[in-house]
Parts: sequence; structure tokens; C-alpha cells
Amino acid sequence: MNPHGPAANPVWAVELNHVTKTFHGTAAVCDVNLRIADGEFFSLLGPSGCGKTTLLRMIAGFEAPSDGSIIIGGTSVGDMPPHRRDVNTVFQSYALFPHLSVRENVAFGLQMKGVPKAEIATRVQAALELVQLPGFGDRKPRQLSGGQQQRVALARAVINRPKVLLLDEPLAALDLKLRKEMQIELKMLQERLGITFIFVTHDQEEALSLSDRIAVMNHGSVLQVGPPAEIYERPLTQFVADFIGECNFLPGRVTAISDGIAEVETSSALRISGTAPQPVAPGDQVMIAIRPEKVRLIEGERPSISNAFPVQIERVAYIGSDTRIIVRLPDGSSFDVWESNTISTLDPAAYYAAGDKAWLTWTPQNALVLTE
Amino acid sequence: MAKTLADARANVRHGGERPVTRKRVPWGAWALRINALLTYIFLYAPIVILVLFSFNAAKFGTRWTGWTSQWYRDLWQSEKLQAAAWTSIKVASISTLIATAIGTLAALALSKTRWRGRRAFDSAMYLPVIIPDIVLAVALLGFFTLSFRGLQSWLGLNLQLGLSTVIIAHVAFNISYVTVVVRASLANFDQRLEEAAADLGAAPWQIFWRIKLPLILPGILGGALLAFTLSLDDFVVTFFARGPGVNTLTTEVYGRIKRYVSPEINAISTVMLVLSMVLVVLSLFMQRRQSSRTV
Ligand SMILES: Nc1ncnc2c1ncn2[C@@H]1O[C@H](COP(=O)(O)OP(=O)(O)OP(=O)(O)O)[C@@H](O)[C@H]1O
Ligand SMILES: [Mg+2]
Repeated sequence: MNPHGPAANPVWAVELNHVTKTFHGTAAVCDVNLRIADGEFFSLLGPSGCGKTTLLRMIAGFEAPSDGSIIIGGTSVGDMPPHRRDVNTVFQSYALFPHLSVRENVAFGLQMKGVPKAEIATRVQAALELVQLPGFGDRKPRQLSGGQQQRVALARAVINRPKVLLLDEPLAALDLKLRKEMQIELKMLQERLGITFIFVTHDQEEALSLSDRIAVMNHGSVLQVGPPAEIYERPLTQFVADFIGECNFLPGRVTAISDGIAEVETSSALRISGTAPQPVAPGDQVMIAIRPEKVRLIEGERPSISNAFPVQIERVAYIGSDTRIIVRLPDGSSFDVWESNTISTLDPAAYYAAGDKAWLTWTPQNALVLTE
Repeated sequence: MAKTLADARANVRHGGERPVTRKRVPWGAWALRINALLTYIFLYAPIVILVLFSFNAAKFGTRWTGWTSQWYRDLWQSEKLQAAAWTSIKVASISTLIATAIGTLAALALSKTRWRGRRAFDSAMYLPVIIPDIVLAVALLGFFTLSFRGLQSWLGLNLQLGLSTVIIAHVAFNISYVTVVVRASLANFDQRLEEAAADLGAAPWQIFWRIKLPLILPGILGGALLAFTLSLDDFVVTFFARGPGVNTLTTEVYGRIKRYVSPEINAISTVMLVLSMVLVVLSLFMQRRQSSRTV
């Protein structure tokens, strides 16, 4: 799991053991176990209110876990106050000091550490350049836009070069272009300084492209942890498959298993063969998950493969790189299909139109048989 | 007075006719406007008259005989008045300093922790703000008398009412005002800033000096200015808590009123009025500054 190869006796940058936090009897974070390696870019992904911020706040020391233990760099941080922890946070709400200038905000952490004035000045300048705000040092936070404030918050945390940097949706307020630029900057910074990032985001693409590993959370629990490809290609639960990327779901029951391929009969008597990431047995109620880009539409005669179903094209949306098609299965349910536009043409005959008939097909390894 | 009232009536009549000519404005809105106008006249007419008469050349009576600045020059030369002004400023300054320190600490304590009974303490803070001055004054007088007697019998100390009792009494009521104002500015203070500072390695005392104090300072100064003004303006509590021969501006004015209000008294009052207004405006300005800063 350590991106730099397994160590004999690894000291994790952050280790969470059975961490639980309850507010007034309801659990915001529930029995979370995570081991985050030194220098890892680790993302927390999950819907609003699933406990991401609460988890970060416990690592930073603003909330005490109701149960479980947190170990940072090999030291248990039980009731160590926040200012003693070698952890910095980029807050979801920025929390810039309104009475200090941008420069003073960014310099604050170094001043607290007693770094010499000259060094502070050069490092502040470098940090402001990093977040593309070199000329903004003398402004007050209220004279900045939301995105600019967010970048100051980023500079203020990064400048301290902590062991662990907690980032709570640090790019949420930025426009797409700046966001992409800052993603690259962040990733490069993280690699260059070897800082461990624990990164909260709502943007799956961001999580997939930046992270070494991703933890998907829901209702305070971690559902699955793994590298981006594993999370996307081998989701273990319907929730993860649905939350990361798009997915078609067909409920059914396992009828037979051979060579790791499960035969499933859907409630509308379609027979589908798919791969089960976790063991299943005949008779199990399952959910078939199929990503829309992993299926093919074929015109003409019935293709001679196991998963082929006659469908009618319902709706076609051309979006440039892809064409997104909604088709209707024989049982009446609708199904999303994304076709890559690999050939440049204006010929209308090259595209499907509503009302066309076709065969919907996929290989068994692209249909996941999920138990939840 | 007649002049102003006549003006007012004219205004009212003038206003009252408008709905007939401009039909769009409902009569209810006009009634409200007239009400507001009357309220302002009611509030300010006596003050305007007081200020006017401080420039009246007539020594006696309420007849206007011409403009003069004689009374202000007299004020400037009266040693008794200067002594009283000096006492007022001394009492106000010392009691403000003490009350601001205690009141700010009380506000910080009340805002910080969520201990049981905090709400009761919170409400109790408003008590001196709402109870009548005379009740507070009598209570303080009783308190002083009792403690002096106690101190005399136990320690043989012979304490008397004097300047220090006035100061203590002013501290007593000013603490509440300072606390209430500072509490308001603490309510505007974003707790997350403390977390951000701690996150960046600031110890609690550094957070206080570098982040919290600068941000609530306008509120503290606002509270202090309010306390200073209230102290300058106070008559009732001072009157009861003072010892013989101790005179602030307010008690001095009271002492000078015999059967009529002399133009000199009008002049002193005008000076105090202007001073208080300046201080209150400053105080509000300081408090406003903070809220514009934190947002
Ligand atoms: N101080 C608190 N007191 C009570 N409940 C809280 C507190 N802080 C968080 N919660 C609750 O805990 C749950 C998790 O909140 P949290 O802020 O961690 O969510 P999040 O995953 O960061 O959401 P978002 O993506 O919207 O920021 C929510 O249901 C929230 O209402
Ligand atoms: Mg959050």
C-alpha cells in the first residue's frame, strides 16, 4: 500500500484505529480504520454530511474522538492540542485572519515557529507565487474573491511544510481552468516536498487523477479503500459503483457459477453473465453493475456472445468526445450507453437516432456482480 | 418654545394635507411619518431650547433678549466648575479603566465556556443596565455604610464616603455596560479563526494576543467609551456615593439650580451634551468598525 514500496516495519504518517465520533448520540464518524503512508496522496470522497470534515478535524485535534485512537508519525496524539501537532489544515471555510494582510496571513505559521524574518519574507513570496497571487501580499482578505481567498488559505498551510497536510475541499471555489492548474501545482508540490496529503473533495475526477489511494465514505463509515483504478473498476458495493462515475444497475439472482463467471437472472428474466469481486453463491440476491462506457451497441444480426440484448434507442445526446445514448431493454427498463466518437464525421448515418434498433452487448468482465 | 411648537404644528398640518393631493400614499404611512416627526420633536425640542438659551443674553427669566457667549466665558473662568470638571474626568477615566478590564475579562469568560448556569450569569449581567439608578444608588450607599461599619469594628479602619466611593460605584455599573458591549463583539468573532491559528502552531496566549484581541479591540474601545460617557453623565449614583465636598459636573449643576435655571447652567449642560454626543458617536463608530471587519 505504501507507494514507495513496502518497508519492513512501516511507520504510517497517519493511523486511525476504530475512530468514532458521536454528536449528541448520532455517529458522524463510525469505526474508521485507515493507514496512510508517508508521502501518500490520500483522498476522502463521499456525499455531503458523510463525516469527511469531522474526520479531518479529529486528525487536526479540534475534535476528540469519542472512541478509537489516532497516531500521527508513530506518536499517539490522544489529547495533544492542535498547535503541537505537525499537521496543517486548509479549511473548507478558509478561515483567513481578517485583520491581517495576505502576507501576514501566510507568514503566520512561520512566525509562530520563530523562523527568522528574512527567511519568512522569501518563503512567503514563494508561497504566493505558487498560488499565483504574487502581487496580492498587501491586500486584506476581504478585498479578495472567494477563489483568491482559497488560494491564500492554501499558501498559508503549505508554507509550513508539515508532515501531514489536511485539505478540506481546497479547490472547490475555483473555476475549472484555475482548478486544473492548481491540481497540477498541488500534486507537484506534494511530490517535491514529500508531504502526506489527506484531501477531501467532491470532485471524483479530481480524486481519481490526483490520488495514490481513495477512501469512499458514506454515513460516517469507510466503505472501500484503494487505488483509483481499483475503486473505479472493482467497486465492492452498489454505493461505491454509483458514487464514483456513472453506472447501470440491474437487480437479479445468481443461478450458476463457473470459472469465476456468475450467471444471473434478472427480475425480468434477462440472463446476464458477470464477474463477482466478492464470493457469491447460487441463489444470492445481487446487483449487476455495468458502466455505460463498457458496453457496445451493434447493428444487424444477433452477435454470437453471451450478453446480447435487443434494445431500442430512446434518446441520443452528442457531447463532443462521446455520444450518450439512452436505450430501452426488452423488459422496459432504460440503460445508459456512452460511445466514444473515434471517427470525425458529419454524416448523420454514422450516429444512432431515436427509434433505431440495435443489440446491446458486453463481455462478462465488464458486468460486476455486487452483493450489496 | 412657542416658536418651535408652532413650527411643529405647521409641519403637522402641512403633512396632514398631503394625502389629499397625492393619493398614492396610504393614510397609514402618513400617520406613521407624522408620528415619527412628533417623536423627534418631543425628544429634541427641550434640548434645542436648552442650547438656545445658553446663548441668551438675559440673566433671568425665559425671555429672549439677544445672543451672547458671556456664559461660556464665565464657565471658563469659574474655578469651582473647573474643579468639578476635573473630578468628573478623573472619576470617568479611572472607573472606565477598571470597568473595561473587569468587564472584558467577564465577557471573555462568559463567551468561552459552556458551564452550567452560564445563562443565568448572562442575564444577571443586564441587571444593572435595567434597574433604576436610584435603586442602584441606594443599594451602593447601603453597601458602603455596612462595609465601613464592618471594617471599623474588625480592623479599626475609619473609612468615609469620598471620591473613591464614587469611583467604585461607577465601576459597579460600568462593568455591566462594558460586558454587554464586548459580548456583542465576541458574538461576531469567528471561532474558526482560533482553530486556524492553533492549526498554524499558535499557543492559546498567542491566539489571544495576535488574533482575538485585535479583532475584538474595537468592541472593547466602544465599551470603554460608552462607560466613560455614562460615568460623565451620571448624577444619581454619584450624588449618593460621594462624600462631602466631592462634586462632579452633574452634582455641581444640581447644586447651582436654585429657583430657576440660570443661563450658566444651560451653558454647562450644553458642553456636557456635546461631549457626550461625541463620545457616543465614537463608541458606535468603534463597534461598527468591528462588524465591518469581520465580515
Ligand atoms: N459540531 C457538531 N455538532 C453536531 N453535529 C455535527 C457537528 N459537526 C458535524 N456534525 C454532523 O456530523 C455529520 C458529518 O459532518 P461533516 O461536516 O463531517 O460532513 P462532511 O462530509 O464534511 O460534509 P460536506 O461535504 O458537506 O462538507 C453531519 O451530519 C453533521 O451534521
Ligand atoms: Mg466538510
